[in-house]
Amino acid sequence: MKRFSETINVRELLRPIGQMIAFSLGGGAVLSLVVVLLALLLDQTAVGQNLQARYSVSLVTYTLANLPQVLIDGLTIGFVYAAIALGYTMVYGVLEFINFAHSEIFAVGAFVGVEILIALKNAGILSAASLGVAYLILLLALLAGMTASGFLAVAVERIAYRPLRGAPRLVPLISAIGVSFFLQDIIRLVESLTTGQFNRIIPTFGNFDERLIFGQLPLGATTVVLGVQIKSLIVILVAVIMLVGLNYLVNATKIGKAIRAVAQDRPTASLMGIDVNRIISITFLIGGTLGGAAGVLYALKFTRIDPFVGFFPGLKAFTAAVLGGIGNLTGALLGGIVLGLLETFAGAFMSAFTMGAAGAEYKDIFAFGILILVLIFRPNGLMGENVSQKA
Amino acid sequence: MFSKEKFQDFLAKLNTGYTPYVLILVHIMIGAIWVYSSPRSNVAFVVFISSLLTLYGLNTNKIFKLSAGLILALVVMPVLGVRNIFYLEIMFQISVFAALSLGLNIVIGFAGLLDLGYVAFYAVGAYLWGFFGSQQFYAIPYAPGIQPSDLPFLLPGDMFYLFIFIAIIVAALTGILLGLPVLRLRGDYLAIVTLGFGEVIRVLANNLDKPWNLTNGPQGITPVQRPTMPQFAVDGFNNFFGGIIGHTVSKADVYNVFFYLLALLVIVTIIQVVSRLNDSKIGRAWTAIREDETAAIAMGIPLVQMKLAAFATGASFAGAMGVLMAASRTFVSPESFSFMQSIGVLTMVILGGTGSIPGVILGAATVTVLNLQILQGFSLYLSQLRQSDAVIPIINFAWKNLSTQLDPAKYQRLLFGAILILMMIFRPAGLIPAARRQRELAADDEE
Repeated sequence: MKRFSETINVRELLRPIGQMIAFSLGGGAVLSLVVVLLALLLDQTAVGQNLQARYSVSLVTYTLANLPQVLIDGLTIGFVYAAIALGYTMVYGVLEFINFAHSEIFAVGAFVGVEILIALKNAGILSAASLGVAYLILLLALLAGMTASGFLAVAVERIAYRPLRGAPRLVPLISAIGVSFFLQDIIRLVESLTTGQFNRIIPTFGNFDERLIFGQLPLGATTVVLGVQIKSLIVILVAVIMLVGLNYLVNATKIGKAIRAVAQDRPTASLMGIDVNRIISITFLIGGTLGGAAGVLYALKFTRIDPFVGFFPGLKAFTAAVLGGIGNLTGALLGGIVLGLLETFAGAFMSAFTMGAAGAEYKDIFAFGILILVLIFRPNGLMGENVSQKA
Repeated sequence: MFSKEKFQDFLAKLNTGYTPYVLILVHIMIGAIWVYSSPRSNVAFVVFISSLLTLYGLNTNKIFKLSAGLILALVVMPVLGVRNIFYLEIMFQISVFAALSLGLNIVIGFAGLLDLGYVAFYAVGAYLWGFFGSQQFYAIPYAPGIQPSDLPFLLPGDMFYLFIFIAIIVAALTGILLGLPVLRLRGDYLAIVTLGFGEVIRVLANNLDKPWNLTNGPQGITPVQRPTMPQFAVDGFNNFFGGIIGHTVSKADVYNVFFYLLALLVIVTIIQVVSRLNDSKIGRAWTAIREDETAAIAMGIPLVQMKLAAFATGASFAGAMGVLMAASRTFVSPESFSFMQSIGVLTMVILGGTGSIPGVILGAATVTVLNLQILQGFSLYLSQLRQSDAVIPIINFAWKNLSTQLDPAKYQRLLFGAILILMMIFRPAGLIPAARRQRELAADDEE
């Protein structure tokens, strides 16, 4: 029999890519359809007239014109959520515990990446960099953020979670909340010690802010430019590579097998000669690494970060993990993409459909509505099996 | 070992006969005189407030304990507070947070449900009176900032008393509505959902200034009415205590005393309700659920109803405190109901000891003093250092160059986080563990 690591399991490489394409296309298509149908229905009513009066554009045109950009934005943030959600879901799978501090691990990744870029900018390297070098530098920042977050996650587990293993369920959760708050202020402390403020803005370099234009679509009086920002493409691409890598690691390698074994039954796994503590550390390392990378990608996409930047993405990623079925890797992927799309759609179209009464300001709490609905109607998530509570 | 035994002997000796009475009285006297004589001293205040701890901890006659506590809380503290508004503010804050943490303690300590959005119920109460006790009802058609200033008030200020009870009902209903879908779930989901709910309430308060201006958005609602304070009450207070206080007390200060006493009343009510519930069927059901849900169901305990009862009871007290807070500050704004406030209250409960009433009060006092006094004291000290020419010796760093962002008063998260982690690792039962936990811990030691 061949060992796991000797062959490359092509199926495990292709399967997640297929899933991601299916989820993205499926989610995007369903949501677009719903929005366009709604627009067609409401075009002649007060809602459409209101929009006509405000921006002198019909509801259908407005919807169609915004649709491509909304789809791209939704997918971008969706993949970031998926990368964070995997950290939650892996830890939950192994320890049955919500790693509340994961959002700060994400934030640390973002800060380390951005600080490196700022240092390079101050050294004058960034402005002189050619396009190829710019991409290399971005890769460097990504790797730095991943390393820092990965090791931080392992350290947090050692210090704040491991002593509490076996305690009642709420005890490690409260400790995790403590870690989360503690880290937020530690980031703030470090950042404000070096300069007068704790916000950071990612320096502009390379061609990441440019847009690739595919073409133009005439639509009544206006034309819709079909284009995509390069940084959105990078975010999606990097996230896809990481997700495929993770899927491969978990499903087709020996370490992955050990992780799955520990998740299924910890005592039995340890009887089979698996070093459970090591596997748990590795799980935190992987989850943290993904979180860190997601942090750098987030900074690249949204440019400005502060020490509390992790809070909402972390919560939404958790929602995504629950939506997909917590403990399930494919579920986290699906949940992240669907949530990202839903949220962006809501943010973009809610204002037009409610005649300006409720707009993008409700974007951040939209996820909680979904979370509550999922918990009421399908507590095991979209892809979760019916798992009973472990004692 | 020898010295430890000797120390314990010494402690035991302190705790018998008349010594504890003397100790308590001396402690109260020292604290009171110190606070009376020094205008703004944190140390004095800590010494004074810790006399409550000696009173609780030492073994004395129950009647003595009760009367000393009453005199301390109802006479000594208000008088000292009015003499120096600085102390009154801390005492009011402590009593508000003690009431909130006692309410949260019902949910966490008795039923074992982690509620991370507890201040949402507080916000419900505050906005309830904020809306009905102000001009906001007539300001609905106006966007924030452009409403005319001469709008009438919807209700007279004395409706405040009625609204305390209305808020109890409304907050309890909110708790039940939120709890119904999520209480069937496991504890950690509940934590996240309540967290989300807290955020939802805050975002709603921030954004419900359109299409109808219900909450006045981020600016908040002001002025919120207070109940009327008859002039004779102010005069009476002045006649009675004027001599000790040393200056005439204004109406505003009497108001502060009044709200402090109201908060105490809420605390006493909670303690009564909680200790009675704890010995009742409901309380036993809560304990059973907290210890083992599956076993509790097997024993025929209606799980969801009992959890809902805990959730609603905890929520209702927060609602009452919200009304109190809105009236005392004459102002409500979304900022006061952030996630950090929820975690602050959680920290108080965890620090003191979940399920333990004296513990939770101690936790509330400690965290409030740390938060309002010690951290701000540090801030003051640092800013003084910044203005001086002092230099940190070894690394030769001038204090002047220290970033102004480094303001310890803003580092509450660090404080809360550190307390939560350390308590969970080293003393999960809290500073004063609940009686049941104490028995369990003792049993563990014997094994």
